[in-house]
Amino acid sequence: MTAVLEIDGLSKAFDLHHLGNRIAAFSKISFAVDAGEFVLLKGANGAGKSTLLRTLYRSYLPQAGQIRFQSSHGEIDLARAAEVDIAYLRRSEIGFVTQFLTARPRVSAEAIVAEPLRLAGVAADDALEQARHALDIFGVKPDLWPAYPTTFSGGEQQKVNLARALILPQRLLLLDEPTASLDAKARAALVARLAELKSQGTAMIGVFHHPDDVEHLIDRIVDLTPDHYNEEDRADVAV
Amino acid sequence: MTLALEAPRFVKTLPLLRVDHVSKTYGDVQALRDVSAYAYPGEVLGIVGESGSGKSTLLRMMNLEETPDQGSYSLNLPETEGNLFDLDRFARRMLCATKIGIVYQNPHLGLLMKHSSSGNVAERLLVAGERSFATLRAKATTALEASEFPLERLDAPPIELSGGMQQRVQLAKAIALEPALLLLDEPTTGLDVSVQALVLDTLKRLQQDRQITMVIVSHDLGVIRTLADRVMVMRRGQVVETGLADQIFQDPQHAYTQQLVHAKL
Amino acid sequence: MSLSELTKPWEAMSYGFLDASAKRELRRKMIKAVAVPGCQMPYASREVPMARGWGTGGLQVSLTLVNPETTVKVIDQGADDSVNAASIRRFIARVAGAPVTMDTLQADLIQSRHRIPEEILSEDQILVLQVPNPEPLRPVQPNMSIARQMHADADYGRMWLQLYEQIVRSGRVMQGASYPSLVHGRHIMTPSPIPRWDVPKLHMAKHLTILSAGREKRIYAVPPYTRVEPLVFSDVPYRVEDHGGLTCHRSGTKGFFMNEIPQDGGTSTYEVSDSEWGVKAIRQRDGEGVIKGETWYKNGEMAQ
Repeated sequence: MTAVLEIDGLSKAFDLHHLGNRIAAFSKISFAVDAGEFVLLKGANGAGKSTLLRTLYRSYLPQAGQIRFQSSHGEIDLARAAEVDIAYLRRSEIGFVTQFLTARPRVSAEAIVAEPLRLAGVAADDALEQARHALDIFGVKPDLWPAYPTTFSGGEQQKVNLARALILPQRLLLLDEPTASLDAKARAALVARLAELKSQGTAMIGVFHHPDDVEHLIDRIVDLTPDHYNEEDRADVAV
Repeated sequence: MTLALEAPRFVKTLPLLRVDHVSKTYGDVQALRDVSAYAYPGEVLGIVGESGSGKSTLLRMMNLEETPDQGSYSLNLPETEGNLFDLDRFARRMLCATKIGIVYQNPHLGLLMKHSSSGNVAERLLVAGERSFATLRAKATTALEASEFPLERLDAPPIELSGGMQQRVQLAKAIALEPALLLLDEPTTGLDVSVQALVLDTLKRLQQDRQITMVIVSHDLGVIRTLADRVMVMRRGQVVETGLADQIFQDPQHAYTQQLVHAKL
Repeated sequence: MSLSELTKPWEAMSYGFLDASAKRELRRKMIKAVAVPGCQMPYASREVPMARGWGTGGLQVSLTLVNPETTVKVIDQGADDSVNAASIRRFIARVAGAPVTMDTLQADLIQSRHRIPEEILSEDQILVLQVPNPEPLRPVQPNMSIARQMHADADYGRMWLQLYEQIVRSGRVMQGASYPSLVHGRHIMTPSPIPRWDVPKLHMAKHLTILSAGREKRIYAVPPYTRVEPLVFSDVPYRVEDHGGLTCHRSGTKGFFMNEIPQDGGTSTYEVSDSEWGVKAIRQRDGEGVIKGETWYKNGEMAQ
C-alpha cells in the first residue's frame, strides 16, 4: 500500500495577540495514512484532534512540518501549497465531513447534494439521480428532496450534509464527529457509505465521540494525548 | 510564524485579475501602500477593512476610475494586454463597459435615478453598440430577471424603488454584458438586514450559476464570509493578511485580523 | 509716399458690417467645420445690431459669405415675408449691396430659421441655418466639458438611451424638431430646430449647410454629399411628420410640410410652410409662367 498522506513533524499553535500569548495545540506530529486505511484520532479533550483535522484541511495554518499528499497530479505539501491549489484539491480530492451543513438559501436539498458531482463534471441528470439515491440512503424523505434545507431540522440538515460530503469518492476524507446526534438509520447508512469508500481506496482520518460506531472500519489509532505518545507515531513536546 | 507558501503547482490557469505593487497618495494621506492582489477565474475575493483602509480606493482602481502613483493592473482576457492603468480614456471606457461590472454602495453613483430601470440596464448595451430596441429590451429584461428584480416594475425609475431594488438594478446593469469581472463595493451596506440577506443570496446564486469572478469590498465580515472564497484584510492602505476565507475566519494570524474577527463573532 | 496713399478713406462701417478680422476668423472656423463634418467649432461671436437669439449666428455667417454678386434669400419658419426674415434680408442687402430674392432657385445664399426649402438645393447654393442650442448632448449631459469628451470619444450611448426612454414611456420617439443626427458616421449634431420632415434633405445633399449659434458661439457644417443619419434603433424606423397627405388650403399644393391653422370648432386647416413654394403654386394656378424646381418630396414621400 502506498501512503496517501504522510504527516511529518507537524506543529500547530495559536498566537493570541490580544492576550500576548501562544497556545500550543500539538507539535511534531508524524504519521502516515495509506489508501483505503482508516485512522482514528484519539485523545483527551483539547488534545488537538479537531485542530489536526482542520490543519490538514488548511483551515488552520501550521507552524512547522510537512503534510505530503499524494494527489492524482503528484505529491504536494499541503502545509505549503498555494491557496488556489488547496481550493482545487478541496473540490476534487480532499473531503471534510462535519455534522454541520452550510445550507444556502433557495438551493434545494438534491441540488446541494448533487453539486460536488456537477463540479466534477457529471451530467446534470446523472448527478441529480445519484443525489436522490444518496438522500434516500441517509433516510431523507423524498418529499424533502426538492425543498430548501434552510428550513430543515438539525437532524435532517445533517443527513443532507453527509449525503453531500460523501457523494463523490475522495482520495482523502477528514471526518470530524460526523455521527454526533445522528439517528440509528442514518448512522448505519453513514458507516455503510464509509465502508464502501474505504474499499474503493479512500484514506480516512476521523474523530469520533463514539468510536464503537465505526469500530470495524478502524485500522489504526493515533493517540494525540501529549503524555501518551507512541514514539513511532508521534513525538510531542509538552504544552 | 507560519510557513511560506509555494507558487501554485496544480492550477495552471493564470489569475484573471492581477494588481501589483500599487501605491497612491492623496496630499499627505497615503491611501494605498504597495498593495498587490489577484483573483483566479471564478473566484470571489473579499476585501475587508475599516473605513479609510484603502479598500474602496483599490476597488475603484480595479474599475479604472482612479490611477495609482505606482503599480500595475492586468486582466488576463483576450485583447486585453499590458498595464491597464496605461490605457487612454477611450480604451478604459470600452473595457469597463464590456468586461467589468460594478455595484456601488450608493446607487446614485451607478444609476440614472430618473430613467427607467430597464433603460439603466440598456445603457450598458448601448455603450457596447447594441442598436435594436427589441434586443435591448429583451436583454435588459433577462439581466433584471437574473438579479431577481420584479419584472412588473421594469420601467419604474430607480428613484421610486427601495434600496434593495436599486441594488438589483445596479446588479442587472453590471451583469448585462456578462462581464469577466464583477466588482462590489459594500453592495448591501445601508440595507435592512432582511433585504441584505436577499441581495446576498442573489449574488451567491449568480456566482454559482455563472462562475463569475468577483471582488467584494465590505467592512461587514458576515457579507464577506457569505460570499468570499479568499479574503484580503486591509488596514491603513496596506494588506495585513490574505488567506482562504475559512482560514482567515478560523485561524487569523495578524493581530488586527484577530481583533476584527473576534469583534464580530 | 504719403500716409493717405497707404490707408483707405474713412468709412462708417466695413463692407458687410463685420470687420475684416471677424470675417477672417469666421472663414477659418467654417473651413474647419467643413473639414470635420458635424463637429462644433467655437468662434468669437461678434455683436451685430440684433439681439442674441434672433439669428445672430446665421447672420454673421451670411455677412461673411456675402459679396455684391450673391443673391440672398432669408426665411423664417419657411416664410420669406415674416418680420424677422424681412429685417435680416434688408440688413444684408443694405450692408453688402447684395441682390435679394424669395425664389429658392435664384438664391446663392439662403439663411433660414427652422426650415429647409422644399425645392432641392444645388451644388452652388449654401444654406445657413440659425441654431439656438448647438449641443445635442445637453439633455443627457448638462456638464459641457464632459459633453465635449463624449463627442471626442463618440460616446453616444446616452443619446440612444433618451430614445429608449421615450419609446418606453410614450410608445414612440417623441423628439420632434432638432432630431439628433449622426454626421459622416462620426459626430452627432443637432440639425437646428428643423422638423423631422427636413432632416432627410441633409443626407447626401448637393449643397453645403452651415449651422451657426450666435449666443452659444458654435459653428458646424454638413458639407455636400455627406451622410446625415437620424439616430434610430435598427428595428424602429425613422418617421417624418404625417404631412404627406395634407393639402394647402390656399395654394392647393399637396404632399409638403404644412403649418396647422386651428379653426373655430376644433378643426384645422393647413397651409404649406414653405411660403414661396405656395406662391409658385398659386401663380401657376393663375396661369403665370413660373419655374418650379425639383422637390425632395414627391407625392408626400421622400425620394430615394
